[in-house]
Amino acid sequence: MGWMGDTVDSIKSIQIRQLLSQGVSLGMIVTSALIIWKALMCFTGSESPVVVVLSGSMEPGFKRGDILFLHMSNDPIRTGEIVVFNVDGREIPIVHRVIKVHERQETGDVEVLTKGDNNYGDDRLLYAQGQLWLQRHHIMGRAVGFLPYVGWVTIIMTEKPIIKYILIGALGLLVITSKD
Amino acid sequence: MHSFGFRANAVLTFGITILALICAMASISDNFNSPHPSAEIQILNINWFQKQPHGNDEVSLTMNITADLQSLFTWNTKQVFVFVAAEYETPKNALNQVSLWDAIIPAKEHAKFWVQTANKYRFVDQGSNLRGKDFNLTLHWHVMPKTGKMFANKLVIPEYRLPKEYR
Repeated sequence: MGWMGDTVDSIKSIQIRQLLSQGVSLGMIVTSALIIWKALMCFTGSESPVVVVLSGSMEPGFKRGDILFLHMSNDPIRTGEIVVFNVDGREIPIVHRVIKVHERQETGDVEVLTKGDNNYGDDRLLYAQGQLWLQRHHIMGRAVGFLPYVGWVTIIMTEKPIIKYILIGALGLLVITSKD
Repeated sequence: MHSFGFRANAVLTFGITILALICAMASISDNFNSPHPSAEIQILNINWFQKQPHGNDEVSLTMNITADLQSLFTWNTKQVFVFVAAEYETPKNALNQVSLWDAIIPAKEHAKFWVQTANKYRFVDQGSNLRGKDFNLTLHWHVMPKTGKMFANKLVIPEYRLPKEYR
């Protein structure tokens, strides 16, 4: 009860100036996070420089909840590379390995077939209706590095949005009630 | 200054920073490893070689694959993904790479192996250019670490040739 009384007192005693300066510091934190994210996008040349592995199709190498660091360069796509691609019409990107490459003579355009390490068959079932190959514009990046388990935070926040709201609410309360 | 919240925050931040540092060091330690893998691939038999109804050539072959990849493993290695691809050129395509067989090596003990197998994935051309075609068989390996940067490399074994006629 004493803690509740303290919290209510501190909310009553908020001054406008203090509130504003706390608002600005919060804004600075959010903005620097955004700057870092955009800089990473620029640096790695990929639209999403970090992805979370959502399915078990690349086990035992990548498990659900691992995060992958992506990099996109103009180097040609070759077999064995682990690529992240978007299928037309689906929003969730897929992380699988390239098993076949056919590169045209003059233009250098490629047609690529992928397969998850833990899947029995190749990805033609996942591609759009009638699509047999992936082209370069489908591919968002190559996986170059990985960190285990860190992606679970994102998976939990996406699948149980309640936790996201609780976290943001608690952070908000902390900002308002802290003295500096 | 000494409340539970502050202390928990300090411990957590410090813990995460140290963890990130250790992961980075583990990944960097992989650079000190200088691997010397070796491999041999022998084509035992061309099982069949036909032009499919949709117009593309297809081959089925049996291979003997011997390899010693033990030197690729470090303490930071989770597994090594190894595969054999056929590479060749056609008038339409500057490069064709077709994966024929792959395997996952989970530990150093399994990295020295001998395997006799038909091709796991279909060796299909885009067109019918495979008669009498010269091709290379490349053994690729991808080292997947416990944490950090992934490495990949390959060994090219040149000069194989497909038969001049369908069988």
